[in-house]
Amino acid sequence: MRNITKTFGSVVANDKAWLDIRRGEILALLGENGSGKTTLMNILAGIYFPDEGQIFVDGREVSIRSPKDAFGLGIGMIHQHFKLVDVLTAAENIVLGQEGKGRLDMKAAADRIRKIRAVYGFDVEPGQKVYDMSVSQKQTVEIVKVLYRGADILILDEPTAVLTPQETDRLFAVLRNMRDDGKAIVIITHKLHEVEEISDRVAILRRGQFVGDMPTAKTDAREMTNMMVGRPVSLNIERPEPKGRTSRLEVKGLTVRDVDGVTRLENVSFTANSGEILGVAGISGSGQKEMLEAIAGLQKVASGSVTYLDPESGAPEELIGKDPREIAAMGVALSFVPEDRLGMGLVGSMDLTDNMMLRSFRRGHSAFTDRKAPKVLARRVVEELEVNTPDISTPVRRLSGGNVQKVLVGREIASSPTVLMTAYAVRGLDINSSYTIYDLINRQKEKGVAVIYVGEDLDVLVELCDRILVLCGGKVSGILEGRKTDKREVGLLMTRLGGGAEK
Amino acid sequence: MKYGNREPLFHLVKRDGVSVWRAWAIRLIAFLASLVICGLIIFAIVKLNPLKVYAAMWEGAFGTNKRVWVTIRDSMALLCIGVGLAPAFKLRFWNIGAEGQILAGGIATAACMIYLKSMPTGLLFLVMAVSAVAAGAVWGVIPALFKARWNTNETLFTLMMNYIAIQLTSFFVSLWENPYGSNSVGVINQTTRIGWFSPLFGQQYMLNVVIVMSLTIGMYIYLRSSKQGYEIAVAGESVNTAKYIGISVKRVIIRTMVISGGICGVAGFVTVAGAGHTISTSTAGGRGFTAIIVAWLAKFNTFVMILIAALLVFLEKGAMEIASRYNLSDYASQMITGIILFFILGSEFFINYRVLPRKKTGGEGANQ
Repeated sequence: MRNITKTFGSVVANDKAWLDIRRGEILALLGENGSGKTTLMNILAGIYFPDEGQIFVDGREVSIRSPKDAFGLGIGMIHQHFKLVDVLTAAENIVLGQEGKGRLDMKAAADRIRKIRAVYGFDVEPGQKVYDMSVSQKQTVEIVKVLYRGADILILDEPTAVLTPQETDRLFAVLRNMRDDGKAIVIITHKLHEVEEISDRVAILRRGQFVGDMPTAKTDAREMTNMMVGRPVSLNIERPEPKGRTSRLEVKGLTVRDVDGVTRLENVSFTANSGEILGVAGISGSGQKEMLEAIAGLQKVASGSVTYLDPESGAPEELIGKDPREIAAMGVALSFVPEDRLGMGLVGSMDLTDNMMLRSFRRGHSAFTDRKAPKVLARRVVEELEVNTPDISTPVRRLSGGNVQKVLVGREIASSPTVLMTAYAVRGLDINSSYTIYDLINRQKEKGVAVIYVGEDLDVLVELCDRILVLCGGKVSGILEGRKTDKREVGLLMTRLGGGAEK
Repeated sequence: MKYGNREPLFHLVKRDGVSVWRAWAIRLIAFLASLVICGLIIFAIVKLNPLKVYAAMWEGAFGTNKRVWVTIRDSMALLCIGVGLAPAFKLRFWNIGAEGQILAGGIATAACMIYLKSMPTGLLFLVMAVSAVAAGAVWGVIPALFKARWNTNETLFTLMMNYIAIQLTSFFVSLWENPYGSNSVGVINQTTRIGWFSPLFGQQYMLNVVIVMSLTIGMYIYLRSSKQGYEIAVAGESVNTAKYIGISVKRVIIRTMVISGGICGVAGFVTVAGAGHTISTSTAGGRGFTAIIVAWLAKFNTFVMILIAALLVFLEKGAMEIASRYNLSDYASQMITGIILFFILGSEFFINYRVLPRKKTGGEGANQ
């Protein structure tokens, strides 16, 4: 790819970007949020059309105008969000959208899928329905779909974000097999240890431009980070010793059922202490969301109790059965950074000031809103958290993922909470922004806030948290001491209740 | 021949935050372009001088002092409904039941005029206004209650309420029929003028302007700086965010529809007491639907609505004039209105996107 430029409005996503992808090699594409990695790969996969620039495949200049063109050239992309039809089987999903004459021969298709499976060592059953599959199986179907269409250049956008360490190992084994078969593989990721583990070469983008590439063996995490950020960055996560631990939130026997009556959370009990970070680990969809929303008063609870202990008087207050407004009115300072930032935590089309106001607009008896205080707060958040925005009257939707999160976290901690709950606080954030968020969370912990940190990167969980609660299928699989555990142990508890067997 | 090497002729680039002036300039260009196209079509089909036709349109709307005031009166009625729809649409509650809410307000107004003749003027006015607001609000809140309680589809519900209101109007028309056998209510209190808007500053329709303009300003402030307006904005954008910060979406829906229906009721009040002095099934006259265009084009900014309501009424009056003066059928004038609206709506695309011709990227064979 040569001199690729793509703009979205005034945002330049790619600025004369370069990239070489070689056969028989795994290339890791690195860069901060908004550095244009995904855009560049989407251009290659035919989803966007570049404003300028040329693409060569095997020395020939090509013009890729649609995903179909890309497939014609053997380019396939596995997106972060899967695009599968739930009620169809793996094989049906794989042949979906294929053109062909005459009768659809599902048997032949299944045979071909089995052949691909045998060559690369996939774990996929052609007849299995997608709704029965785990996240990693769905991902496998996506990969096989791309291979089935004859792709020999594969692009994977953050494939490990949703996988457990064990599943990641399996994925990497498959990727190595494909590389040895002569395929070209591009993997986008934020996790540097994975880059070191899997890739042969790394290429780094910064602000839409190509910064450089080098063999993975000749570089290290520090150099890669420095190239991404453009300046030296420290890579250690602090874990200050908790001070003055007292229990702040006691959860007992919490059970949640969804609208279909399916149990999402079963008999969950734990205590969150002040001055401590309680990590929550689990495969996505293990009840993390329901747990946080139940505590925040957003989720109907079948049974159980959530007791908040007032930091001053120690008086217990029951939170179940109250909505967020009533909880706030009781003087319970509970802050919640939800997973869905723009869909729940913020209003995308509103500017920074109006988003700051979400928490505070009811204050005062006037029928009219006061925008002075939120404006001051917005300016403070922008300044203190180094939010990259043209000004505070920019709609938050226009900001990049990391900056959106800074705005949200900034607002939530501005109300000086005593309990801070965060769901996937660093999901999709680059290294620099992630460390800003870890730092913010640690500052809150030092202030004596009880922090509940739902995370997916196990390396971070075991480095950051004082204790880790592991959920498995809606039940508590174990509570571990952060300083005494490692990610293998957490990973085991995530997949098996109590972590038994496999020993 | 190279594989897949066909370049698209144009491609679209999304604009980022167009300045207000530029956006209005684009809209103005679209309006002028639509006039040119209309002119060509007029000339091609009926061989009339388009400039003369446009001059006739202008005269139709603003030719005499009386016409100016009728145009203003009708613009105000349309604007009033647009203002009423604004909060509901901002909440993404698709209130297409303005027709019914207007009729409800109109029936209430007419009933007061007919039954409360002996009341002192000031008090009668108050009772008329209050009952019109209440009737419109009730008509608007029924679908809202169902939406809040059972999550029914408000689009269908509000639409169906229109037909009930039309039938109800027919019933009252036959009840109040005057003179007997005319199948219409006739002009209510024609000789006594009880319950009619009295002239203000020597202008018969000035009171309409005062009422509607104060609602317009009030709604602008309500949506922009009141707490309730902020709740509407949040709940309209994202129900999840509203729940997250403890806004009761149900309450916002009900409250907003009381306001929306109430203002549409005022439109009925103004139309009956301040303009037609009668009630019929065509009192709303499709304005409840036209006002949807007004509200949308203005993006719920009530001041912009003034302009758009005036433009639409101007087109309507002008089209009627050319239809009668040049013996064209109604369809000709509707075509002109349609073409102009098409261009104005279409210009929104050019405000959001830029169309760039494909650039040659250097390499040989980029364009073959």
